[in-house]
Amino acid sequence: MARRVPWFVVLPLALLALWHVAVARQWTPPGIIPAPAQVAESWATWIFGPPGRSLSPYSGTWLANVLYSARRVTQGFLLAAAVGIPLGLFIGWNRLVASLVDPSIQLFRPVPITAWLPFSIAVFGIYDASALFLIGLGAFYPIVVNTTHGVRDTNLLLLRAARMLGAGTATILRTVVFPSALPAIFTGLRLGIGVAWTAVIVAEMIAVKSGLGYVLWDAYYVGRMDICVATMISVGLLGFLSDRLLYGLSRVVLRWRLLEAHA
Amino acid sequence: MPDIELRDVWKEFVKHGRRVEALQAIDFVVERNEFAAILGPSGCGKSTLLNLVAGFDRPTRGQVLVGGEPVTGPSPRRAVVFQEPALFPWYTVVDNITYGPKTLGMDPARYRPKVQALLEQVGLVGFERHYPAELSGGMKQRVGLARVLVLEPQVLLMDEPFGSLDAQTRSLMHELLLAVWERHHQTVLFITHDIEEALLLADSVSVMTARPGRIKKRLAVELPRPRTVEMTTSPVFNALKREVLALIREESLRAAAERGA
Repeated sequence: MARRVPWFVVLPLALLALWHVAVARQWTPPGIIPAPAQVAESWATWIFGPPGRSLSPYSGTWLANVLYSARRVTQGFLLAAAVGIPLGLFIGWNRLVASLVDPSIQLFRPVPITAWLPFSIAVFGIYDASALFLIGLGAFYPIVVNTTHGVRDTNLLLLRAARMLGAGTATILRTVVFPSALPAIFTGLRLGIGVAWTAVIVAEMIAVKSGLGYVLWDAYYVGRMDICVATMISVGLLGFLSDRLLYGLSRVVLRWRLLEAHA
Repeated sequence: MPDIELRDVWKEFVKHGRRVEALQAIDFVVERNEFAAILGPSGCGKSTLLNLVAGFDRPTRGQVLVGGEPVTGPSPRRAVVFQEPALFPWYTVVDNITYGPKTLGMDPARYRPKVQALLEQVGLVGFERHYPAELSGGMKQRVGLARVLVLEPQVLLMDEPFGSLDAQTRSLMHELLLAVWERHHQTVLFITHDIEEALLLADSVSVMTARPGRIKKRLAVELPRPRTVEMTTSPVFNALKREVLALIREESLRAAAERGA
């Protein structure tokens, strides 16, 4: 019976209750933090309200902004994966490539994505390209680093077996090294998508004029803390959803590994 | 012409900054269609010897020839069955077995009937779509055997292939290997530290010394073929076993004396 309790809802509900009580009892400075009910109402208008300025400038624009942000995250993330996975494979596989590329990656990696903002705007302007650059760069690091580690963990015995069975380097990379590194690659992808959502908000706050990040900053300027909070929760849910998608994909792709764990 | 020939082979390693002599002046021959076993204590360098024949490693000195040609690297003509099954965990049984033929670009029409026959010979029918993680240790080794037999290699190199199996499974694997060998009569180099296993399976047993590894003595196993597990109780078998035991005891006494000195 204890197993049927959906424990994961307990803490969010408790926090929600605390939030409600804190606002109602005025433990927080009045007029700054909105009550949960107010956020819910504004959020509903934001999502379902008729477009136009009848109720609020945000009315009915939620989905459009979610789609802007989700598209940027998807594009930047795919770009990061398309560069990060092959590069990680080569760095992990080839010592020359590693000594050529890896130190530079490790040197640039500690530079926060926010520090790239001025550079990005100066080079790419206030356009999508700017956002894609920041998102792609942010997601690239965890993907390339984890792919590299995954490749280096490849079992020597499997490499020998493949060689003995007639495989050349290209075949070994495709049929042994890549599948062997896939669990680590998925770890990198899941970390990467998290960074991508961080980066999209930062980019949209400053470098472009649409999406959830833009709404967040705009709402802050006009004092709509209710919309700010609704945006924060929206981003949290979208990030959670995209991580679940990747996790689900990994369960399908890495089926052979699940059998291993339960064998 | 012998299938495998080692001429004055020496192998040195550098381990923790120190030179370790693994093999010393090895002269060793395996004739065509011979099942040759190398018997030795762990750490005597017998796996090193096999790795040289497989092409995973190069000798420090001397020559390793297979089919009269020097070994320069791994090749499907010198197939290896490892102690760990070393199957690709992301491929099913049948995909593991067809890995070699596919990689070599063989025609499916040519290898498919062979795969089917091998699945039957090693008792894996019904498990074609299983992943290695779903198989027992013995079944994994049977896949490991099938995936190299399908290539019809010139020589079969087996590195303590049943070393990590329990006694019962190992005995079943012996019967299976004997049956398979009766069909294919492949040249086999079989590494083991199990005396009974070596005598039951092989035509010749070469006893190796403790490190640095040398071939101490080569014995012919004059047991009739086809062999059965029951032969391990015959007088001939027991006489051979006594002889090997005496050789090994002599060797361990010598090693102990050297260590003590």
